[in-house]
Amino acid sequence: MGGTPTDLKMIDENGLRLDGRRPDEMRPLKIEAGVLKRADGSAYVEWGLNKVMAAVYGPRECHPRHLQNPERALVQCHYNMASFSVDDRKRPGPDRRSHEISKIISEALTHVVFTEYFPRTSIDVYIEVLQANAGTRCAGLTAASVALADAGVPMRDLVASCAAGKVADTIVLDLAKEEDNFGSADMPMGYVPNTGEIVLLQMDGDLTQEEFEKALKMDIEACKKVHDIQRDALRRRYSQKTDAPEYASGPEVKGVA
Amino acid sequence: MRVRQMDASDSRESAREVVVPGDLLAITGKKAGPGTYSEGGKIYAAQMGIKQVRPDSISVVPLSGQYIPIRGDLVIGKIVDIGASNWLVDINSPYPAPLHVNEVPWRVEFGETRKFMQIGDIVLLKIVGVDEVKRIGVSMQDHGLRKLTGGMVIEVSPSKVPRVIGKNGSMIQMLKNLTGCRIYVGQNGRIWIDGDLDNIIKAVQAIKMVEEEAHSLGLTEKVKRFLEEGSRMEA
Repeated sequence: MGGTPTDLKMIDENGLRLDGRRPDEMRPLKIEAGVLKRADGSAYVEWGLNKVMAAVYGPRECHPRHLQNPERALVQCHYNMASFSVDDRKRPGPDRRSHEISKIISEALTHVVFTEYFPRTSIDVYIEVLQANAGTRCAGLTAASVALADAGVPMRDLVASCAAGKVADTIVLDLAKEEDNFGSADMPMGYVPNTGEIVLLQMDGDLTQEEFEKALKMDIEACKKVHDIQRDALRRRYSQKTDAPEYASGPEVKGVA
Repeated sequence: MRVRQMDASDSRESAREVVVPGDLLAITGKKAGPGTYSEGGKIYAAQMGIKQVRPDSISVVPLSGQYIPIRGDLVIGKIVDIGASNWLVDINSPYPAPLHVNEVPWRVEFGETRKFMQIGDIVLLKIVGVDEVKRIGVSMQDHGLRKLTGGMVIEVSPSKVPRVIGKNGSMIQMLKNLTGCRIYVGQNGRIWIDGDLDNIIKAVQAIKMVEEEAHSLGLTEKVKRFLEEGSRMEA
């Protein structure tokens, strides 16, 4: 970050961005709930060129035992980028960045889940980034909260997430890869629309106070839209069986010995 | 078989509104029932499920979720570990359930637990205690509780168990009558079925149907038609 020099013209004469969006326009967002059969809850998110899958297991017995909290459940998030998710092969395995993202997403989700209902358990959230194009932590958090609701985990509200930032001295919403790489600031946010709480806020780069406030406002509006799409995805899962996509899993009778 | 308070019945409610966490359910006046929470006098949904309005309360019947033990529940467990004075039972919940030798109908000497039940055995138990940190107490000392031999066990989502039982046990009674199987439904989503192989298969198909169409209307009738069709084809 910090504006690597580039010949790309981030914003053209008409005030449109590289991909033709207006500064306050989000990339197209598509969410599908309940896509994985084996997980207790799941969601698949396509956000522009981002493709993210989230799976939730639990509440289940917490291992290792010393992590158990006798008063509440532990929300454990595991963010992972597939090696094929970026142009240069990503070296597989946990790294500094994925640890950080896992931590902040866990903390964001802990704020909305009624953890006190499930003492000593752990709620495991797995976020797999299949294709990345900037803003994967927002896509991951958005997918994770839909997956949690799909798993039937009691929570205060769905967490919606979106990023805002500064590109070519303009405050823009939902940065795409080139904008993130060559722009001067990126600010992802997690927002709880019902209460107006901000459960995730990071900033990479610099913004003045006015710019920050403008970006925050833009972000909140975007999160409300994301929230509507999340709710719609969950409702669709149980509305009509006929218009459910083929890969959506139905409830299943599992045989045990 | 004991039936927990029934939720959305087959016929009574026609409009079934699916709500998701955070949805506003009511401004005021009613009690916040299960699956909801209240904040600032308003009631919101805490879980994804079907909204249910009663004269005095409002609740959400969940569509998915883990089984959380409640005192008095009948459950079907599987022995997963054996101690000197207890068996550890998996009851398909986040919490393991130790079955102490004092809670079984036999006199078991210390260290002789293995002579009575092995790992993998299926047992019908009752939840006799759940404390504030969700330590579970189970017992096999009540009418009908025992080790289950023969038959087979299937698993359904615990949130669908009330539908498999039906209003006042109507669904399960019909399943038993029309298939001639012996069936136990645990609140934890495990169902034990015993009978002729053909009948077991038919019962499993019917239960699968109940689970898949758990929230459609006229389900009992639909399942009845399905079962009767099968028997007519045989005749």
